[in-house]
Amino acid sequence: MNWSITPAQASTQAVAFDQLFWTMVGFSLCVVTLVGLLIFVFSLRFRARTGVPRKTVATLESRRVEIFWTAATAFFAIFFFWYTSTVSLDAVEAPPDAMEYHVEAKQWMWKTRHPSGVREINAMHVPTGRPVTVFLNSQDVIHSFYVPAFRIKKDVVPGRTSTVWFEATEPGTYPLFCTEYCGTNHAVMTGEVTVMEPAAYARWLETRAEGETLAAEGARLFTSAGCSGCHAEASDVHAPPLTGLFGRDIPLEDGRTVTADAAYIRDAILLPERDVAAGYAPIMPNFTGILEDGEVEALVAYIRTLALEGEGR
Amino acid sequence: MSSTDAEGYIAQEPDYLGAGHTVRSWLLTTDHKRIGILYLVTLLFFFLIGGAAATFIRLELATPPGDLVTADTYNRLFTLHGVIMVWFFLVPAVPSTLGNFLLPLAIGARDMAFPKLNLLSWYINLVGGLLALAALLLGGVDTGWTFYTPYSSLYSNSYVTLAALGVFIAGFSTIATGLNFIVTVHTQRCEGLTWMRLPLFVWALYATSMVIVLATPALAVALAMVVMERVFALGLFDPAQGGDPILFQHIFWFYSHPAVYIMILPGFGVVTEVLTCFSRRKVFGYEAMVFAILGIALFGFFVWGHHMFVSGQSAYASLIFSLLSFLIAIPSAIKVFNWSATLYGGHITFEASMLYALGFIGLFTLGGLTGLFLASVPIDVHMHDTYFVTAHFHYIMVGGMVSAFFAGLHFWWPKITGRMYSELWARLAALLMFLGFNFTFFPQFILGYMGMPRRYHSYPDEFEMWNVLSSAGAVILAVAYLMPFVYLGLSVYRGRRAGDNPWQARGLEWQTASPPPRENFGPLPVVTREPYDYHRSDEEPSAREGDLDFPNRSDTETR
Ligand SMILES: [Cu+2]
Ligand SMILES: [Cu+2]
Repeated sequence: MNWSITPAQASTQAVAFDQLFWTMVGFSLCVVTLVGLLIFVFSLRFRARTGVPRKTVATLESRRVEIFWTAATAFFAIFFFWYTSTVSLDAVEAPPDAMEYHVEAKQWMWKTRHPSGVREINAMHVPTGRPVTVFLNSQDVIHSFYVPAFRIKKDVVPGRTSTVWFEATEPGTYPLFCTEYCGTNHAVMTGEVTVMEPAAYARWLETRAEGETLAAEGARLFTSAGCSGCHAEASDVHAPPLTGLFGRDIPLEDGRTVTADAAYIRDAILLPERDVAAGYAPIMPNFTGILEDGEVEALVAYIRTLALEGEGR
Repeated sequence: MSSTDAEGYIAQEPDYLGAGHTVRSWLLTTDHKRIGILYLVTLLFFFLIGGAAATFIRLELATPPGDLVTADTYNRLFTLHGVIMVWFFLVPAVPSTLGNFLLPLAIGARDMAFPKLNLLSWYINLVGGLLALAALLLGGVDTGWTFYTPYSSLYSNSYVTLAALGVFIAGFSTIATGLNFIVTVHTQRCEGLTWMRLPLFVWALYATSMVIVLATPALAVALAMVVMERVFALGLFDPAQGGDPILFQHIFWFYSHPAVYIMILPGFGVVTEVLTCFSRRKVFGYEAMVFAILGIALFGFFVWGHHMFVSGQSAYASLIFSLLSFLIAIPSAIKVFNWSATLYGGHITFEASMLYALGFIGLFTLGGLTGLFLASVPIDVHMHDTYFVTAHFHYIMVGGMVSAFFAGLHFWWPKITGRMYSELWARLAALLMFLGFNFTFFPQFILGYMGMPRRYHSYPDEFEMWNVLSSAGAVILAVAYLMPFVYLGLSVYRGRRAGDNPWQARGLEWQTASPPPRENFGPLPVVTREPYDYHRSDEEPSAREGDLDFPNRSDTETR
């Protein structure tokens, strides 16, 4: 049996979180003590059998008392909102130099792919000191990617690519949990995140067979699934060029404008008739049932890299 | 007409219990008091079923491996526990039982505005409950009480459709009850009972009814969509067909967050009645209490997104929901401080219902404070869907609401049955419930901070200690919950006569006989003073005269 109550603190977010958490615990203890004392002292002093004078009652019943504790509560509510939201705003965007991991969730396992293409199941090795962005996709129901030691969590929702990022600080092995109920074996949809010093991580990578990165798989699919027939630069079919497309605002045929994010590109492959780009005929074939699970994500990853190349990265 | 029994107690007309003894006279009654009793019976039945499921859950979690039941059975157990407890116990708990029984009495009316609709809503509730129960007996539901899509719509092989239909139908019962309460409060108040003279219990029921009527249709929509998706494969939540699984969460929580207030607001009302009576004090800040209730009911509609901070909703949307969730703490805090201040300068006695009410304040405070943790985005990212959340809402729902329900049940039991229960056993049960509750649920806060996810059938060894403690506490809690069944049950046959007003309380319901006659009052009361007039505003409170069970009819002057 283990009496320790603090989870390991292994990421930059964990430090910020714990500071916030214990501040709020301290505040709560003060409030609980205050309310507890009020009730206890009043109950004791004004129990029926004591003879203390009750004359002062009328003077207490004043607006001032109420205004005081309404204002005090409002102050603390706004203060804690400000305090916590600054912390959360700091963590919204991953740093631009983050390593990109792709994680695919399905009932009931986690499949991870390193930036180098190395693949793992229910495991993930990361180096310390480098921000890591995890791209999350689900093949079936909603799962949730949770590493308590990093204090991060993100739902993995089918049909969209979610991202979460962290920067590990302490080498060690930490549990990974699924925290969105996903059926029979939800409780054993767990894994391990191993944090290593950068040198050890590099050595570990070398022992692994080099895999294909997700974007490389996408590049291969781009030809083999026939996308390049229309979308390649040299094609004479009038189809939108994909270089530099990702992240741009796209005007649509019906006058709306959408951002070409992962969800849009995914929909463009699986539901092409829905959001047709302005100036193009709706001739894109529907790939639902033709592409397998994971292949769409590979294509999206490839199209993302096309945009990054456009920026010269 | 009047007769005197062995204790010299003068009985009025046959009371509502004596107005007929056949099963038919109960099942076809339109008397709000009898309907309240019918609800009480079905409610306690569902409470026992939901409690039994909880017992199995805690037994399974007493050891790390999943060794007592299979994973599928476990998933069905927590779903059953959630569905039954939320929709067939907590939501109707106070409004349908105590509310039904007391609302007309508390406003000096002879019945509800729509007595037949009132009976109908009990039958609708029963049909919904039986459907949900059938789903359970046929093999259960494994989606959790939240029915998240696409698991519930595309993947679950359990009786989701049947259970969802059960909850859907039961929703109409609560809507009917809510509507009935609103109209009753508007049209049936006796002479002189202005809005600002309403007891806070009535205000709380009124606000609850508003929330019920406005929010429950959203639940009906969400569940109907899941059922249609399962039956007709509409694709509303199926990304492969262009649907959005998150849409369900928005509709569901648009109901389910206000539902938290449907469950807790009536408790606020009960606790106010009990606290003022046993401290012989006017409630501190009546108007602030009214506006706090209405404010909570209104703000409750705009915070649903705090359940979705990690779902992928925009970070800025999350911040708005976070701010609104922090702001709703203000009226809640006003209530807690005003209750504490009500004790000041009183003549306090500690009957069982007072103990429950004081326990309520403590547990609600803790539940509310941990709500602030979950309202802040970065903390919720870590705590979401862990045992911290489980502990938080059990502090509000079980620690708060169930305590309030028992406070009210003990407070009005003499009015309902005309009999006194054993005060000693009742106080013992109240203390045991408070201890057992904290013993069970406080360790779950720690488990959540350590990172244990909820709805886990098995768990890693490092969580064992706190789970063992929690399961041990659950044993105490189970005993504490069973005790009232015994001593309250016995009191019906062996309890002393209560008299009309054993607590010498000031509500209108105490100005009639216990149990009340079929028509509630002889001549209807005429109200000339503000509520909680335990003392005049310019007078000091005075101790209660006489013994607790002093059956003194002349004490209740007709106003
Ligand atoms: Cu899961
Ligand atoms: Cu909520």
